[in-house]
Amino acid sequence: MTEEQMIAAAPEGCGECLPPNPVEGFLRSERMPHIWCPGCGIGTTVNCFARALLQAKLDLNKVAVVSGIGCTGRVAGYVNLDSFHTTHGRAIPFATGMKLANPELTVVVYSGDGDLISIGGNHFIHAARRNVDVKIICINNFTYGMTGGQLAPTTPVTAISSTTPYGCYEQPFNLPNLAESAGAVYVARWTTYHVRQLTHSIGEALRKKGFSFIEIVSQCPTLYERRNKIGDGLDMMEYFKESSVVKHGAPTREVGIGFQGPIVVGKFVDIERPTFLDLMDKQMTRTLDAHYTGSVVEQNVRG
Amino acid sequence: MLEEPASEAQVPHVQTVVKKVRGTIHVTQNRCKGCGFCIAFCPPKVLHFSDEFNSHGYRFPQLKNQNGCTGCDLCGLYCPDFAIYGVMQKQGKKQ
Ligand SMILES: Cc1ncc(C[n+]2csc(CCOP(=O)(O)OP(=O)(O)O)c2C)c(N)n1
Ligand code: SF4
Ligand code: SF4
Ligand code: SF4
Repeated sequence: MTEEQMIAAAPEGCGECLPPNPVEGFLRSERMPHIWCPGCGIGTTVNCFARALLQAKLDLNKVAVVSGIGCTGRVAGYVNLDSFHTTHGRAIPFATGMKLANPELTVVVYSGDGDLISIGGNHFIHAARRNVDVKIICINNFTYGMTGGQLAPTTPVTAISSTTPYGCYEQPFNLPNLAESAGAVYVARWTTYHVRQLTHSIGEALRKKGFSFIEIVSQCPTLYERRNKIGDGLDMMEYFKESSVVKHGAPTREVGIGFQGPIVVGKFVDIERPTFLDLMDKQMTRTLDAHYTGSVVEQNVRG
Repeated sequence: MLEEPASEAQVPHVQTVVKKVRGTIHVTQNRCKGCGFCIAFCPPKVLHFSDEFNSHGYRFPQLKNQNGCTGCDLCGLYCPDFAIYGVMQKQGKKQ
């Protein structure tokens, strides 16, 4: 759908001169209200994603969203785009297959820290290493929300989770550092408080060629905040507002997050590197010369 | 729902100090889950919770009065439930 079609498909505003909600056509409105808890941050990120897509003026027929399992994994079911709700941890392999079979697509993986970095961690590092041209939006709420607030590989040291009732004592992953070390060409982090910056950053990632990673530090009032006596969604947003420091280009090894400590946000990495498909075509042409008839993709396109 | 225009009593009497309406909001009341983000992060702080409840038992945001909303749509960006958005209205519209 084009932006005009989306606006035409949106329901009427409540009379007079009000235009419809700019994101309405982007959502599967019949599924609203969504299942996310009051004050959960996931919906805010979807709002930013919708606006970034509209601003990017992409042909929405050529955008696909892939999610794994979890509260964040529900995003695929709420967006009015081609979307895939895959098995736990496997969003990136699905997305890789889609991108290789149809390189015209802009493929966005939208999932949680548990899904992408825990069970899906291996797929994450290898897709980054190969520079597969997919955009990863990772909602980091420091826990496994959907299953009851267990320890995630992102839970800060000393935080309480249902599986660490005496406090976490494991070193969590520093996600921007993990992404950069594995080979990502675009790495940024924002929180759900930074809606404008996040929208801008998603727009940049949509235009970027190669493995792009955006970590969105978000809140899970129901299972993380309550258990850690932080308060509700708004209390966590206030913490993000007070404790975030914008440092574009910060060395990613310095951006780890401690329990309720400072959060470094910004764009950390924006480099160029040939993608998996570029390298495959180059190598195959070098080896097979005229016998190489192009990637499977090009053959598909030619018919 | 749009609020009723401010009553006579709320509008200052001297015409020159009446601010022009520059923006307004639209709220889908039954989607709101009462998180308060829109109210907390509205730059000119022109929103407050309604006295009424929606069908799920939450209070929802309303404009305190028709003056002051810039239509910046920051409330729309923050809302996790797609329940509110702001729009700019034509400048120069008389109160
Ligand atoms: C193979 C498999 N193992 C475990 C689960 C249970 N499970 C469902 S969601 C989830 C973790 C989700 O955490 P995260 O990705 O952080 O998402 P959130 O719910 O916090 O958004 C787990 C372990 C599953 N569905 N499938
Ligand atoms: S459990 Fe946590 S992550 Fe899941 S919808 Fe509720 S607040 Fe959001
Ligand atoms: S549009 Fe802007 S000024 Fe108006 S209520 Fe929303 S946040 Fe406040
Ligand atoms: S941000 Fe949305 S859900 Fe939260 S109080 Fe405002 S309208 Fe309601």
